[in-house]
Amino acid sequence: MKIGVYVCECGSNIADTVDTEEVADSVKLLPNVAVSRVYKYKCSDPGQELIRQDIEEFGLDKVVVAACSPSMHEPTFRAVLEDKGLNPYCLEMVNIREQCSWVHADKDKGTDKAVSLVKGAVMRSELMEPLDRKKVGVISKALVIGGGIAGIQAALDIANSGFQVTLVEKKSTIGGKMAQLDKTFPTLDCSQCILSPKMVDVGRHPNITLYANSEVKQVDGYIGNFKVKIKRNPRYVIEDKCTLCDDCVPVCPVIVHDEYNENLSPRKAIYIANPQAVPASYIINPDNCLGIEPLICSKCRDVCGPEAIDFDMREEIIEDEFGAIVVATGYETYPIENIGEYGYGTIQDVISGLEFERILAANGPTAGLVRRPSDGRIPQTVIFIHCAGSRDPAKNLSYCSKICCMYATKHALQYKHHVHSGLAVNFYIDIRTGGKDYEEFYKRAAEEENVIFIRGKVSEVLQDGDRILIKGVNTLTAETIEMHADMVVLATGIQPSEGTKEISNLLKLSRDMSGFVKEAHPKLKPVETSISGVYIAGTVSGPKDIPDVVSHAGRAAIRSINILAQKELEVEATIAKVNDVLCRGCGMCVDSCPYGAIELKAIDRYGYTFEIADVNAAVCKGCGTCAATCLNGAIDQLGYTDSQILSLIKALADE
Amino acid sequence: MSYEYIKFGQEEKDFIEKIQEISGQNIYSCYQCGKCSAGCAFSNKMDKTVNQLIHFIQMGQKEKVLKANTHWICASCLTCTIRCPREIDVAALMEAVREYILREEPEKMKIADIPKDVLNKLPNIALVGSFRKKTG
Repeated sequence: MKIGVYVCECGSNIADTVDTEEVADSVKLLPNVAVSRVYKYKCSDPGQELIRQDIEEFGLDKVVVAACSPSMHEPTFRAVLEDKGLNPYCLEMVNIREQCSWVHADKDKGTDKAVSLVKGAVMRSELMEPLDRKKVGVISKALVIGGGIAGIQAALDIANSGFQVTLVEKKSTIGGKMAQLDKTFPTLDCSQCILSPKMVDVGRHPNITLYANSEVKQVDGYIGNFKVKIKRNPRYVIEDKCTLCDDCVPVCPVIVHDEYNENLSPRKAIYIANPQAVPASYIINPDNCLGIEPLICSKCRDVCGPEAIDFDMREEIIEDEFGAIVVATGYETYPIENIGEYGYGTIQDVISGLEFERILAANGPTAGLVRRPSDGRIPQTVIFIHCAGSRDPAKNLSYCSKICCMYATKHALQYKHHVHSGLAVNFYIDIRTGGKDYEEFYKRAAEEENVIFIRGKVSEVLQDGDRILIKGVNTLTAETIEMHADMVVLATGIQPSEGTKEISNLLKLSRDMSGFVKEAHPKLKPVETSISGVYIAGTVSGPKDIPDVVSHAGRAAIRSINILAQKELEVEATIAKVNDVLCRGCGMCVDSCPYGAIELKAIDRYGYTFEIADVNAAVCKGCGTCAATCLNGAIDQLGYTDSQILSLIKALADE
Repeated sequence: MSYEYIKFGQEEKDFIEKIQEISGQNIYSCYQCGKCSAGCAFSNKMDKTVNQLIHFIQMGQKEKVLKANTHWICASCLTCTIRCPREIDVAALMEAVREYILREEPEKMKIADIPKDVLNKLPNIALVGSFRKKTG
């Protein structure tokens, strides 16, 4: 066996605190070490070339590089070995920068530590074995969960690249929260007008299969090979037959709150969420309808010309396989009734941001006229309270919901457009206008539209006759304020939706303190998750405005296509390996595996059937938990076997 | 103390409009960063800081504006005007408040009432300033 040792100076990063020559000399005389050198920048092209030459000249079969963290340059040096026909797993990286030179000041001690580390690596490398990366096939289809703007954008981007996409949406139509908005900031574009072309595209795209009114119930498998069960809830209206004639609605005797209008208007048990709904079909809500088990009323079926209504429709489970999954399950508004002092839920004219959005909308409960819920009067003074729930770690949401400053400013401005003589007052803590043209929008509201901004949080909202009395403060002048208003709009914060919680549990995605899905890296892997092949799009990972959601979803699509476009995937070779002879099938490793990569499988031995652990190479992440758990020492982690680690420790302790 | 904080009756609207007309500035351009007060050489002599005075005008608080001494202390050195990030001519706003008061109350300052020994000690610039304020 011939080992080459290379000590990098990393300019002065390592050389300042570690005597690199001494480190190289210390291992020169060890058996099996054929060559030991120092180089200024080992990662440079000449530095790499030196290793190539030595492999040829000395016939090296193992290489030890003492330099930076393996997360930095392990791939670089593995490629060097592969170039020369060596197995990439015959490389051992020793971190003498982040874990040695950078954290020590004393050069003697730093050098001693580097010597020990390099000696240990040489001893360990003697026991290293070539490893093979396994390959798994890829199903070139993507699953997108959630049909809001994030899911729509991700589905379209993947589909437009020529791959099949299945889009699953819980509600009766895609569109999500964006379909409920009247206008978008800062351009005041009509939200429906810019969204509905995309919704229509999803509906008619040859590469997109849309399951509305459906839920993802089970996900098994791994990157490239997810096995998914989708539950299609019965719509009771046959999509293809429904002609949207609306004959069914007038005859339906059941009147309930319309969720699309935030419960500010009524709807029937048979309804369509909004005129732009995709799929364009009516739906019967079985909780409201009198025709479904037992059949008491069938008025809609009687009048339906195309015979589209089918009370006997049953839920259906669809099983399918996908190569990648995009989770776009979005947000929901914070339950502001939790903030008792703001009186939401007890004072009728205190409303949420989304409710005001519906009041402003031309297809909303007031047909676009600003009327207050209690008596339908046009409010002359409206107070907008920012941070309703947000930035309140004591009792509500700890974080800034990001969109509320802008939408509350937009609401105030829109109110002024509707009621020119009205007074719009925004109470804010800080105005955060981080976005293109957002500051200009805020300036326009204040300067040109006479929207009043007062810095200070409202403390209490009270009913006073038919008006509302608020108690606030102006922190800029240190004055307490009591003033009357006709309506109060709370700039409601946002939190992870129920769907986000359910799906992240189903997929075992890690979530942050606030419940949003955690990214693999907050800066550089914003759509990747802890599970390979599962990506996130939109507000599922935290508050975002629409342009951010669209870009985020685009990246999630690209990362999915990265998987789908490959015929097969290489998986990491440093995974758990079970010794079939030692394993006694106790199953402790199965329980301890955080990735669900181990199963018990039956084998035949001496004519008897035994159960032993079996590792799925594609799912195993090589964390080593099972190896540490196994009581029999039957599991080894390839590349980090017990014998390799023990020889490393022996060298480190040998002083 | 409780009161209707924001007053936008006809009187207050006229007041805001007059200040804007005299100064040629949009009072609502101010986003209350406070840079004018931070750089003002006489801030410590003012009972309300410059940005507070502007804020009172924004809110239609005419009485508080007229009661303050801020605009009388202002020497029109223009530091605030030069430094304002919103390009508001703050000194012009101070001037506008002074003029508003003087137009309402022309006898606010009588030169004849100033004792002669005081008058002799006053720097010329102060007198010029006073005349300008009176006749503006």
